[in-house]
Amino acid sequence: MEIPYTTKPRPDTALYNAKVGIWLFLASEVMLFGALFSSYILLRVGADPKLVWPALAAWPHHSDGLLNVPMGAINTLVLIVSSVTVVMAWVSLKLKNFNKFFMFQGITIVCAMGFCAIKSFEYAAKFSHYHVVLNDGTAMTGHLEPKQYFTTDKKLRAANVAEIEFVKDPPSGHGHDAASHDDHKPVKIKMADVQRLTFWGPQQSTYFAIYFTMTGLHALHVIGGALVIAYLWLPGARMWKTDPERFTNRVEVCGLFWHFVDLVWIFLFPVLYLL
Amino acid sequence: MAQQTTAHGAHTEHGGHDHHELSFWRKYVFSTDHKVIGLQYGLTAFCFMLIGLFLMLAMRWQMAYPGKALPIVGGLLQAILGDLWVGKDAAGVPGVMLPDLYNSFGAMHGTIMVFLAIVPIGVGAFGNYVVPLQIGAPDMAFPRLNMVSYQSYLLGGLLMLASFVMPAGAAKSGWTSYSPLASVNDLAHVLNGQTMWLIGMVFNISASLLGSINFVTTIIQLRAKGMNWMRLPFFVWAEFVTAFLLILAFPPLEAAAAMQLVDNLTGSSFFLPSGMVVSGQPLNISGGGSPLLWQHLFWFLGHPEVYILLLPAIGIVAEVIANNTRKPLWGYRSMVYGVLAIGFLSFIVWAHHMYLTGMGTKISTFFQTTTMMISIPSVILLTCLFISLWGGSIRFNVPMLFSLAFLVMFGIGGLTGLPLGFNASDIQLHDTYYVIAHFHYIVAPGIIFGFFAGVYFWYPKMTGRYLNEFWGKVHFWLSLIFMNAVFFPMFIQGLAGMHRRMSDGGATYALSNPQNQGVADGLSDFVINLNKHISWAALCLAIAQIPFILNLFISIKKGQKTNSDNPWKSTTLEWQTPTPPGHGNFAVVPNVYRGPYEYSVPGAKDDFTPQNELPARKSDTKNTSAK
Repeated sequence: MEIPYTTKPRPDTALYNAKVGIWLFLASEVMLFGALFSSYILLRVGADPKLVWPALAAWPHHSDGLLNVPMGAINTLVLIVSSVTVVMAWVSLKLKNFNKFFMFQGITIVCAMGFCAIKSFEYAAKFSHYHVVLNDGTAMTGHLEPKQYFTTDKKLRAANVAEIEFVKDPPSGHGHDAASHDDHKPVKIKMADVQRLTFWGPQQSTYFAIYFTMTGLHALHVIGGALVIAYLWLPGARMWKTDPERFTNRVEVCGLFWHFVDLVWIFLFPVLYLL
Repeated sequence: MAQQTTAHGAHTEHGGHDHHELSFWRKYVFSTDHKVIGLQYGLTAFCFMLIGLFLMLAMRWQMAYPGKALPIVGGLLQAILGDLWVGKDAAGVPGVMLPDLYNSFGAMHGTIMVFLAIVPIGVGAFGNYVVPLQIGAPDMAFPRLNMVSYQSYLLGGLLMLASFVMPAGAAKSGWTSYSPLASVNDLAHVLNGQTMWLIGMVFNISASLLGSINFVTTIIQLRAKGMNWMRLPFFVWAEFVTAFLLILAFPPLEAAAAMQLVDNLTGSSFFLPSGMVVSGQPLNISGGGSPLLWQHLFWFLGHPEVYILLLPAIGIVAEVIANNTRKPLWGYRSMVYGVLAIGFLSFIVWAHHMYLTGMGTKISTFFQTTTMMISIPSVILLTCLFISLWGGSIRFNVPMLFSLAFLVMFGIGGLTGLPLGFNASDIQLHDTYYVIAHFHYIVAPGIIFGFFAGVYFWYPKMTGRYLNEFWGKVHFWLSLIFMNAVFFPMFIQGLAGMHRRMSDGGATYALSNPQNQGVADGLSDFVINLNKHISWAALCLAIAQIPFILNLFISIKKGQKTNSDNPWKSTTLEWQTPTPPGHGNFAVVPNVYRGPYEYSVPGAKDDFTPQNELPARKSDTKNTSAK
């Protein structure tokens, strides 16, 4: 006995097996990201409202300009475009036009790579951006001079650094990336005065922790989805000649996943960048 | 067992002509046959269960005889784990578990039993083996996914075991891994037991996810012709709801595990509040996290998990009871709706584990209400099974004995849960041995008895031979007696206020302890001494499993032959296959004409009418023509 309904839909459910499977998988994904969004809400609601960024344990406001909104907006656009092309690719297969499928799915892959590239620029900017708390309680953000990645006070002390040169960010509301660094002379800070110095990673604040966890997990989904799409674009596309219907179904199923990944970003962007 | 080849892809070429020999690895290790995977799951999970049992025995010894070296295995433990974990007793004999090791064993006992033993047996083993057979399918919908599911589970389990030899030992913050304790109890090592626990859990969760997606798809898509929803055997319904719970409840724990992993690896503060001080040192963290968040996410899985454990067992018991009373299940439809109601309600009861966290009385009241509500469908299931016994000519074979014991033991476990569900009485009972007794009554003599029933019931289908009836009865009666001897005294200890996580079995708080002179209240000698009785009963319980283990392996070759594909004279489809079922399961594609429990139908030629037997008029003509 063969396993039925691998390609043809079952009459009473009107679905083929993989389509049921992917929807169930997406249901579990909804619960996964749902749990993270719920955690975001609980952590943000639970943050001390009296604390103001950049104080330790304060929850930042979007006007503090921690994230790069234009880059996030471009990425949103990139993913929406890819969502369109992934459908067009599937429709092309339904219309028996493999060349158009090849073109549209190629655009999808380019979009996925573009998204990851932009995201990695954003990440890199965070990893060279610093949050400092002095012993007198003053908290500030800025850059080290010369530029350094992934440094903390522990590492600096271990390297016997006695003094750092620090370029402070402009007052909040202007966005750190928009400001020209030349306007701000580096100030010298003695390490003896520093209570806590750390780059903008997950350990810097609960806000960045949830930001990196959610966007990181989302980026993993983008990469995973792009790999599957790329597989079906090049080596997997041979199936078009042997079993076109099943190949079309495969493209549809990974398209459904791709839409879900896009949808998650549609929620992530406003929640993390704009609120 | 013939085995499909994966060379052509799992979805195609599943034909019966594909009978060439497969290598050992393809046949037994990287198999895509749901029956082989079911057995792999079952055997692996059974090994984990024995490991969990051993951890428990070691802990029980330390509670009964605090400060005394473990007999026999004490020296071995010291040799493996080192002096950091295993100390010497007053006489200088090595092998005393130190409190940290006790904590570690406690956490791993819970983790192994729940995640690596019970769920994989109920879902991975029984579900995998039986569900496709019962719905008349040739295999699972995604055979390769099924294989990956098992491999991922195995990898997760091995990582968990490997954590015992980590520099600071395995996870030791309870099977619930509450933060902040779980995040700060080993700050010296980044890759510590807790990290391994989390990574192991991620693999384990992925395994359940792949498995459960497969189950639901299989049940929706691969039902045989005529097998409509109300003709599904109750076991399939139970697995169907279980799979949905796994799909929807596990991801939040995966998210929580990811967040705790981020906490432990990068030093973030998802679950760490501001101002944490560990060993007198303020932690260099940002703070602002919420310990309650972990508990919410954990119990959002944790409570559906209870039903994930329970439902497969109750499904097995339903099959066995219908078969051995020779009657249809009483109230099959109510049971189906009941199990669906349980599935839904189990998502909104989780915070009854958290009454004492100070989350607020209003929230407590809500969860108290939903908790009482979920007892209604649970009681419906149990009542239907009890009434099914009424007026039946019951065959008291071993699977039936285990099923009958399940009803009573699960009843005790369920009813003793009510005082824990009311938040007023829970204040007294929370974290005492009463809780341990309550949920072990559900899991050990309840769910595990259900699994034993399933093993004795389906073994003839898997091997073509019965398990030995006499040794089965020895196994049953000894298990029943010692299960109760282990767990019943714990109710008394719990009501006396004995806390559940004390490595000395409460000796610190004993009235007879000289340090407690003049203290108003404490644990009486009677309560403390129960520890010894429980521990010896636990050892006897472990010994009582030896007949079962021997029976299981010896009967493969030496057991009494069944001489029939349907030795129990059952109605459901898994008995209409060759024995053991070959590749593709069914010799002919089954067509289903009736419900699952057509026993003792008036006017029928036998006291059972299989689901795929042709309806009366046609079969008459067919039989005469055949004769």
